[in-house]
Amino acid sequence: MELAAEGITHRYGGLTALDAVSLTVREGEILALIGPSGCGKSTLLGILGGILAPSEGRVLLRGEPPAGCLNPLTYIFQDFALLPWRTVAGNVALPLEHHRLARAEREALVANALARTGLSDFSDAYPKQLSGGMRQRVGIARALAVRPAILLMDEPLSALDAQTRDLLMEDFLALWLRERVTAVYVTHNLAEALRLADRVAVLSRRPGRLREIVTIPLPQDRRAGPEAAAEMARLHDRLWQLIRSEAEAAEREILAPGALHG
Amino acid sequence: MAEPPRGERAVPFRGHGFVLARRRFAAPLFFFGMIALWQVACDRGWISPLFLPSPYAVLLAFRELIEAGTLARHLGESLFRMGLGWLFGTIAGLFVGFLMGIFSLSRAIGQPVVSALFPIPKIALLPLLILWLGIGEASKVTTIVLGVFFPTAIATYSAIDNVPRNLIRMAQSFGLPWNAVLRKIVLPGALPGILAGFRISVSIALLLLTAAEMVGAEYGIGAFILTAGNLMLTDQLLAGVVMLSALGLGFGTLLARLERWLLRWR
Repeated sequence: MELAAEGITHRYGGLTALDAVSLTVREGEILALIGPSGCGKSTLLGILGGILAPSEGRVLLRGEPPAGCLNPLTYIFQDFALLPWRTVAGNVALPLEHHRLARAEREALVANALARTGLSDFSDAYPKQLSGGMRQRVGIARALAVRPAILLMDEPLSALDAQTRDLLMEDFLALWLRERVTAVYVTHNLAEALRLADRVAVLSRRPGRLREIVTIPLPQDRRAGPEAAAEMARLHDRLWQLIRSEAEAAEREILAPGALHG
Repeated sequence: MAEPPRGERAVPFRGHGFVLARRRFAAPLFFFGMIALWQVACDRGWISPLFLPSPYAVLLAFRELIEAGTLARHLGESLFRMGLGWLFGTIAGLFVGFLMGIFSLSRAIGQPVVSALFPIPKIALLPLLILWLGIGEASKVTTIVLGVFFPTAIATYSAIDNVPRNLIRMAQSFGLPWNAVLRKIVLPGALPGILAGFRISVSIALLLLTAAEMVGAEYGIGAFILTAGNLMLTDQLLAGVVMLSALGLGFGTLLARLERWLLRWR
């Protein structure tokens, strides 16, 4: 499935967060959205998935979702958004409960999602018993359980410490290399974008405009090796040049009252 | 051993105090000490038994009341009024609180009304309620219903306000239907706040029960305390007060149990 944003403009009160952003998410790719904080990237992700209404513009879906897809546009949240009163299995089952599924089928979907994220032994634990990394695994398992067409990931690793972040990123990459789910990955972390994305869309600071889309020509499984280092460093520099001045200026900005993060 | 370098000394510890430690026996010891002191003061004649009977005399009065069955009668009437009043007040409060928590229109209408009526001491309405409903059970129970209704409604809509918005967003992003969001996200998310409101409403119910029973009731703990006071039977009066204290403690414990069970995920 493809997702196309056409001329998305969004205002909070008098503040323009996004200005005429158009981009297409292609089937089977990971598109990273990067930009300085406050550039509207999370807002754009909310609009892409239909949980925020843009002031102007529209978002189009093209193609058919894969067989058995229950929720084509599925989010993975920065703060995990797990229900503290449900166990791991209960959280993963939540988005399945309002669909007409046989009990056995639902349980199989939950078990399968837990197995794919390495959570099978934790199905009866409550979120408060888990570390941040494990909580985000639950978030990923919940997203996988509905067999999404497009994953919308809102800084999924930002709330984690550096080691956990690296571990989870490698796990997610391994999962993605097996399944090739289309994904939009919002981050302010260049390293994450370079490791995961097929293309990196760079947004300028407020009002968020699309500055450039940088294609990363190397496949994800060949980026870590030493032979790729020079090319990756070159891409890193290029992206850094693109966002550096924006980040500097954004850091010195005084936030308008009521301005939203992202 | 080498000579320590000149000027070497231990860093003084400065982090003491301001940390509460567990003192398990302090409370029971203090409690029994106070009662013992009270008993001694009465035995020695420092206090006139007419004003403050000894703990032992109160205990005797208690036994007498239990044996005569009076206590059960008074307690039964009180529990019935309070239970009925609290139940209806809570049901109505939850219903209105949920409407106010979910629908903007109900909030816009309800908030000023609730804010205006909440501060009225509900016992002030008892004379009016007696005129409307008669001196019987209905006016007393209604006073308790009103007293319980407002704090419950306020606790409920505040609790709904405090349900994390990101969880509701999450549920919507997975396409959960409206009623499922309500049942699976809003209701459990608001439960801690609602249960905290129950603690307040139970103590208000007990207060109003006692006050209402002092205004024209034949039976009930409030009526019993008032009669004992009029007859200067201070031992019985205190037995009634102890009964109220036990009631309050009992309900508190019950609610704490309920909370621990319903909120075991915390």
